[in-house]
Amino acid sequence: MTTLTPVLTDTWDAERSWTLATYLDHGGYRGLRTALAQQPADLVNLVKDSGLRGRGGAGFPTGMKWSFLPAPDGGPRYLVVNADESEPGTCKDIPLMMASPQHLIEGVAITSYAIGCHHAFIYLRGEVVHVYRRLLRAVEEAYAAGYLGKNILGSGYDLDVTVHAGAGAYICGEETALLDSLEGLRGQPRLKPPFPAVAGLYARPTVVNNVESIASVPSIVVGGSDWFKTMGTERSAGFGLFSLSGHVARPGQYEAPLGITLRELLDMAGGIREGHELKFWTPGGSSTPIFTAEHLDVPLDYESVGAAGSMLGTRALQIFDETTSVVRAVTRWTEFYKHESCGKCTPCREGTYWLTQVLQRLEAGRGTPEDIDLLLDLCDNILGRAFCALGDGATSPITSAITYFREEFEAGTHTPADVLFPPERSSLFHYTPRRSAAGALAGVHA
Amino acid sequence: MTITTPGRTGTGMSTGTGGPTGASLVPPAPAPAAPEPGADAVTFTIDGIETSVPKGTLVIRAAEQLGIQIPRFCDHPLLAPAGACRQCLVEVAVPDREGNVRPMPKPQASCTLEATPGMVVKTQHTSPVADKAQHGVMELLLINHPLDCPVCDKGGECPLQNQAMSNGRATSRFVDVKRTFPKPIAISTQILLDRERCVLCQRCTRFSEEIAGDVFIDLQKRGAQQQIGTFDTDVLDFAGETPVGASALDTSGRPFASYFSGNTVQICPVGALTSAAYRFRSRPFDLVSTPGVSEHDAQGSAIRVDHRRGVVLRRLSGEDPAVNQEWITDKDRFAFTWQSAGDRITVPLVRTRNADGTRGELEPASWVEALDVAAEGLRAAQATGVGVLPGGRLTLEDAYAYGKLARAVLGTNDVDGRARPHSAEEEAFLGHHVAGRTLQVTFADLDRAPAVLLVGLEAEEEAGIAFLRLRQAAVKRGTRVLSVAPFATRGLERMSGTLIAAAPGTEAEVLDGILAGAADDALAQAAGLLAQDGAVVLVGERLAGSAGAYSAALRLADRTGARLAWVPRRAGERGAVEAGLLPGLLPGGRPVSDPAARVDIAAVWGVEQLPAEPGRSTDEILTAARDGLLGGLVVGGLEPADLADPELARAALDAVGFLVSLEVRRSEVTDRADVVLPVAPPVEKAGTFVTWEGRPRPFPQALTTTALSDFRVLDRLADALGDGLGLQTLADVHAELDQLGGWDGARVPAPQALPAEPPQVPAGHAVLATWHQLLDNGRLQTGEQFLAGTAKRPVARLSATTAQGAGVSDGDLLAVSTDAGTVTLPVVVTAMPDHVVWLPTNSTGSAVRDTLHADAGAVVRIAAAADAPTAAAEGSTDA
Repeated sequence: MTTLTPVLTDTWDAERSWTLATYLDHGGYRGLRTALAQQPADLVNLVKDSGLRGRGGAGFPTGMKWSFLPAPDGGPRYLVVNADESEPGTCKDIPLMMASPQHLIEGVAITSYAIGCHHAFIYLRGEVVHVYRRLLRAVEEAYAAGYLGKNILGSGYDLDVTVHAGAGAYICGEETALLDSLEGLRGQPRLKPPFPAVAGLYARPTVVNNVESIASVPSIVVGGSDWFKTMGTERSAGFGLFSLSGHVARPGQYEAPLGITLRELLDMAGGIREGHELKFWTPGGSSTPIFTAEHLDVPLDYESVGAAGSMLGTRALQIFDETTSVVRAVTRWTEFYKHESCGKCTPCREGTYWLTQVLQRLEAGRGTPEDIDLLLDLCDNILGRAFCALGDGATSPITSAITYFREEFEAGTHTPADVLFPPERSSLFHYTPRRSAAGALAGVHA
Repeated sequence: MTITTPGRTGTGMSTGTGGPTGASLVPPAPAPAAPEPGADAVTFTIDGIETSVPKGTLVIRAAEQLGIQIPRFCDHPLLAPAGACRQCLVEVAVPDREGNVRPMPKPQASCTLEATPGMVVKTQHTSPVADKAQHGVMELLLINHPLDCPVCDKGGECPLQNQAMSNGRATSRFVDVKRTFPKPIAISTQILLDRERCVLCQRCTRFSEEIAGDVFIDLQKRGAQQQIGTFDTDVLDFAGETPVGASALDTSGRPFASYFSGNTVQICPVGALTSAAYRFRSRPFDLVSTPGVSEHDAQGSAIRVDHRRGVVLRRLSGEDPAVNQEWITDKDRFAFTWQSAGDRITVPLVRTRNADGTRGELEPASWVEALDVAAEGLRAAQATGVGVLPGGRLTLEDAYAYGKLARAVLGTNDVDGRARPHSAEEEAFLGHHVAGRTLQVTFADLDRAPAVLLVGLEAEEEAGIAFLRLRQAAVKRGTRVLSVAPFATRGLERMSGTLIAAAPGTEAEVLDGILAGAADDALAQAAGLLAQDGAVVLVGERLAGSAGAYSAALRLADRTGARLAWVPRRAGERGAVEAGLLPGLLPGGRPVSDPAARVDIAAVWGVEQLPAEPGRSTDEILTAARDGLLGGLVVGGLEPADLADPELARAALDAVGFLVSLEVRRSEVTDRADVVLPVAPPVEKAGTFVTWEGRPRPFPQALTTTALSDFRVLDRLADALGDGLGLQTLADVHAELDQLGGWDGARVPAPQALPAEPPQVPAGHAVLATWHQLLDNGRLQTGEQFLAGTAKRPVARLSATTAQGAGVSDGDLLAVSTDAGTVTLPVVVTAMPDHVVWLPTNSTGSAVRDTLHADAGAVVRIAAAADAPTAAAEGSTDA
């Protein structure tokens, strides 16, 4: 039986957990002191040895990413933390930065020291103003305490940290679009190569890492790579935040070793809501192919989830019970991708535009018999043809949903989804939109 | 003569077999050597065909070389790869470390993929995956594209239409709602945007950013709502640019767009960008296309003239990698209606004489009659002498005929092609350094130069293509551009240029100050930059107005080793120098004062001797004519208002005993002429323009016409005078130019003019700085109101201190006056030397020479204007 491994979440229940004082009370910044006494190259090797893989979704080994930076040439090198968390269902970085921002700040300091960076950036999703304030305050506190700024802890090492709030575009979570946006340009993905490690921010060598990856670094420095490897699986080492949402009794963040199963997580979370059963779920946010009850025992590590036909992604476990229309859920997701497609490349821009219209037709029960094959063919024409992964991600829920629930899409040729699955049955409480007539519901008949 | 009319494009000057003879007067440029496959060549296969390309070659380019056409929209060879449209997807396999060729998991965009050794590429011809990918992308591109091809300007020449036929589905599966936009957006008065047709390939925005540097349009919004939009400079700063600010508004008062905006229409792969001038005017398949060369400047841009039933409907950029690549200025593209303007002269005109001997009215006449009258008048005038003023817009052939007429028939050296402010120093400079020395500095040299110094040359306004090439060199290769000018223009800023501030008249002093050990850092740095191998100094014709500047430029070139070239504005200037349209210069740089040179030319012309005394310059000819020292004038395309003293010219034309005018359109000269002989505009004749580099740019005749070239008219005039020129046909002229060849004798000695003493500038006065804007009230831009709307709004510029002294601030009206008149314009306070005021030379409300009778370097009065601009100043340019 796998148990929780609270590291990043350890202090979330402490009084004023977001303050530096609380963080220090719980042993904060020991990692930075240890790190500054070491050679940067040793730190890179330590993280390599730990097997830490990027927590932002793709799972690229973090230490290896650092080691891709070319040899120092005297010019600046940058660390950019990707805190633009905006995937539907993904909800780990924002609570982490809200509850315990110093984890990230310490990780930024250690990582910057390791890669020879003297100016790090945290690119935060702009909508979360409360998190922005917490981060700004955390950075301020760290400066005041000498963990940032000139001659950190007397080591002679200097580091400045800039927290930047984005303007609210999902595409800016793509690392090169993020860099363009950070430079003040329109946020659209860049042509690669050159990769950010060679020419990233301001065309200088740049490491772009996810919040959780960076926040995990202090614990590795303190606990060592062997300690880190005691958790998780051989190729997916360590712990991670699993965000359970949807039709589950106790939704929230569960920090557990990689390789835990949804069945175990559901046990901790009190199971599916009372009187209902699991219908489908996403292992890593809406851009990962959905799973069903048959995948309850798939170990949630990079390899196993991949072998089962999906991606671990951001461990955003959205749980849907049998009251949910998969057609409606997929349509909402696709509308999101249509709204967030940056517009640069044809397949994503036009494809999501078209997919949305077909799905809306099916949701309204006005689909044609050809629509399902059309959806699959459109997805085939988008997947792998788009400029960046956004287009690929937009197709995943559709193709997987048709694989597992084709009959529901077929029903869309004659019956509206909200007739088959009345929306009020899916909701926890009766929802009456403020501005509409009493009893009105969400859905296409709203 | 190796000059032949080119075929499809303007690249092949020497389409003959012999290559450059070197013997012609203006020999063509040698054909560029084919690139050798270097040691770093990459060998790979496309559709089973093995090919070798230089390292770094994109797969789509390599495929083109094999004749394999991969459909594309965003790809453009002169723009950086974007990979946006995804139309050019191909299937690719590459060898792994062990050498096993492994397929890449996704189809790759061939427009962004560099070929690597051993790569195996399968295009739509051999790969079902690539074919399906392309069909899929094409279908997606079309879902939001309107089916309005029958009314779209692009229909019939549309890459989307063509590739939808070749690489798309026959029928659409899209039965849903299309995205629509209100149509069209007027980006400028000339450029219109139909957003619903746009496929968002970003060619236009990339051109604007990468090539022109005018970021006047950009992407806005996202997803399917993504669109091209205009740029609100009040809200957004230009990325990497300073805002255009109040100074650079177009004539409509909106932020200035671009002098190169027409190129976006041409590279738009759909009909999203159209020009107001051509919109809904014709179908491409009704047009006949003739290659041409732009008559608007000395850049020699290759153009394509599209005409239908004898009417030119549009002009496009031609392709010539050696000259204009694929870009032209908006003036080259849109300003062509002057050639068919309502004031065209189509038949010879002879002026009746009143009973009292004064001039009467012009009456149509037959060619025989007109030529007889002209010959008779000129013969009579020869007693006192006849001056020849051919103007600056002639082809090489026409210029040559003018020179031959003057020297061989009229027996005078009183011939000068300079219809602009000029100086004796300039003539010496041209004779010493320019004439007969063609292709010493070329566009390609600008690309390679580590540093380029501009003196008296505002590249964007006066040499558009040189500007684009310099900007690309600056952006891509870090070429340092330096400019000796009163202030840093937006053009200079876009070349990341460095200003060496100089008040008008101080150019010589500044150039002489460019010394390795100069106390002034900027000058010392410039000396270092120009000492580098390949550095170039480009001087403009405006240096004629700055005493000693040409001499100082020659000294600078000697001192630093930088190569020096002269970049005039007009298309005919360099050809005129080569043809000897200067009072002291015979064809090919032969000095009139050199007996051997005269013998040389006399032998070819079959005359006993040529006049030995150097003749009069333009100003001297006009003065002599006014004073009765010349009895007759033969005048080509010359506008009195273009000269330093327009009143002198008018007085001379009024006073001269006999005036023959060769003109395309009615002008101030024809209004005074005794005989008007109509000549053909460029579109109705064949000929050769010579670029500032000395590169011959032959062009064929586009329209059928009865109009004659100047050389043909002059030949018949000479016949009427008794001695033929022997220049009946273009071939005759070319044969003679070949026979003449170059000159290896002594050259005109270098000018040694001294700088003028800096003038005293009393309070309330300033030194005038001025140059032409690309788009202004020039004669070749009449009748094109859409283009005129994109001109920069005329403003007066002066420094903050000077403005304060005059009691004006930004936006106030400033009156700039001389005894002759007043120009009133809104002020833009600019970082520039104090006691200097800048005005556009010939823009609406600012006809500097005509109103003020002054040019750069003159001291003028400045004061806050009491009132709005006077009607007199507004209307004074309408000659």
